[in-house]
Amino acid sequence: MAGKNCVAIAGDTRFGVRNQTVALDSNRIFKINNRTLFGMTGLNTDILTLRESFKFQMNLYNLEEEREISPKTFAHNVAQTLYSKRFGPYFITPIIAGLEGEDYTPFLCATDLIGAMEFPKSFVVAGTGEESLMGVCETFYKENMEPDELFEVVSQCLLAAVDRDALSGWGSVVHVLTKDGITTKRLRTRKD
Amino acid sequence: MQKGGFNFDLYQRNVELIEKNNYKVPKTTKTGTTIVGVVFSDGVVLGADTRATSGPIVADPNCEKIHKISDYIWCAGAGTAADTENTTGMISLQLELLSLSTGRSPRVRTALTLLKNFLFRYHGYISAALVLGGVDFTGPHLHMIHPHGSTSTLPYISMGSGSLAAMAVLETGYNSKMGEEDAKSLVHQAILSGILNDLGSGGNVDLCVIKHKSMEFFRNVDTTNSKRKFRKKLPYMFKSGSTKILEKEIEEKMRKMEIVNEKESQIEELEEL
Repeated sequence: MAGKNCVAIAGDTRFGVRNQTVALDSNRIFKINNRTLFGMTGLNTDILTLRESFKFQMNLYNLEEEREISPKTFAHNVAQTLYSKRFGPYFITPIIAGLEGEDYTPFLCATDLIGAMEFPKSFVVAGTGEESLMGVCETFYKENMEPDELFEVVSQCLLAAVDRDALSGWGSVVHVLTKDGITTKRLRTRKD
Repeated sequence: MQKGGFNFDLYQRNVELIEKNNYKVPKTTKTGTTIVGVVFSDGVVLGADTRATSGPIVADPNCEKIHKISDYIWCAGAGTAADTENTTGMISLQLELLSLSTGRSPRVRTALTLLKNFLFRYHGYISAALVLGGVDFTGPHLHMIHPHGSTSTLPYISMGSGSLAAMAVLETGYNSKMGEEDAKSLVHQAILSGILNDLGSGGNVDLCVIKHKSMEFFRNVDTTNSKRKFRKKLPYMFKSGSTKILEKEIEEKMRKMEIVNEKESQIEELEEL
């Protein structure tokens, strides 16, 4: 979700195989650089594979370009990687959140599993609870939120949606990205 | 490094996952869509709605469906969103290289042939239904391209899930001697008809008017459908501290270190030796 010169990304930490819970601490939100956060949901093996693949590509980018990648460029990179597997795709739904340019304009991008991008100004959602998340974000979102308020809104949205989804929960983590750095907070959710 | 073209590495695994393990595949974003094109006396008008759906959910309420192929050749796309984006992007790239190597401005017919050949190679698996319109030195042109690679050249075209609603308006209102304002108004009405009557289309109306050496893009011309009339006036306020936190970690951005007096210290060391 985007605020005033800040963005927040939140996710739960359950890893399961259909109804069986396998792990309670799986992290699916990764920091690409000081300006970009990248989250994925879907098939865990593809999440891990793509995490390593993008880490490799970003290291190479930093060495060749001698600068950090901007969130927008990274989003296009993700879309291209996903579309190259158009017939035989990675089963993931990625979300990219970052701060773009000198004035730290919030940038949000979500793509589908084959890389069709959308750039909304307000919020993006993904995962098994995405329908509940859309509803609750649509209600609680407002423009130009400061980082503290943004954290509250994002947390409440995630907790509400996670409560209504049997496959999500068992802990959650919220990252708030501003020009001064990233604040990571862990929240307590229902353990069922 | 990867060569060009599509990568089929994961195809086998995906087939097994879906058939043996009943994996629930994430949905692709489709552009349900109403797209329309009309030829008038001086050029072409293209129109599109702005809704992108993912199953029954609206994934993007305000997406751009009219893509640039070249300065005066534009293309509206319906079908799978990723396919229309990447297909028009690829052909736009090829057309730019072609026009640089031939030294001539590109023709609409060239874009048409490139698109139809590309789509036919994939026998409809790339689900992109396109309305291609533009003005080159031979005059205004409007074509429709189906996902399997067949094309038609017509004075007015509608495609997408809302094509029937739009075509009804076009058939009623089209005449071959229309001017620019009439054509814009007709396309606007056709898209609006699609938005109102078709569930897969919605959002705002986008228009693109192309004439000889001129192109005007009207993004979100009509937003009457998007304004939420009954939105709660006072937004919900969450007080700071209302969410209970377990752990908190703050990572501050590392400040760039400034190197000062580097040269002076080096000189001092040399003098000592």
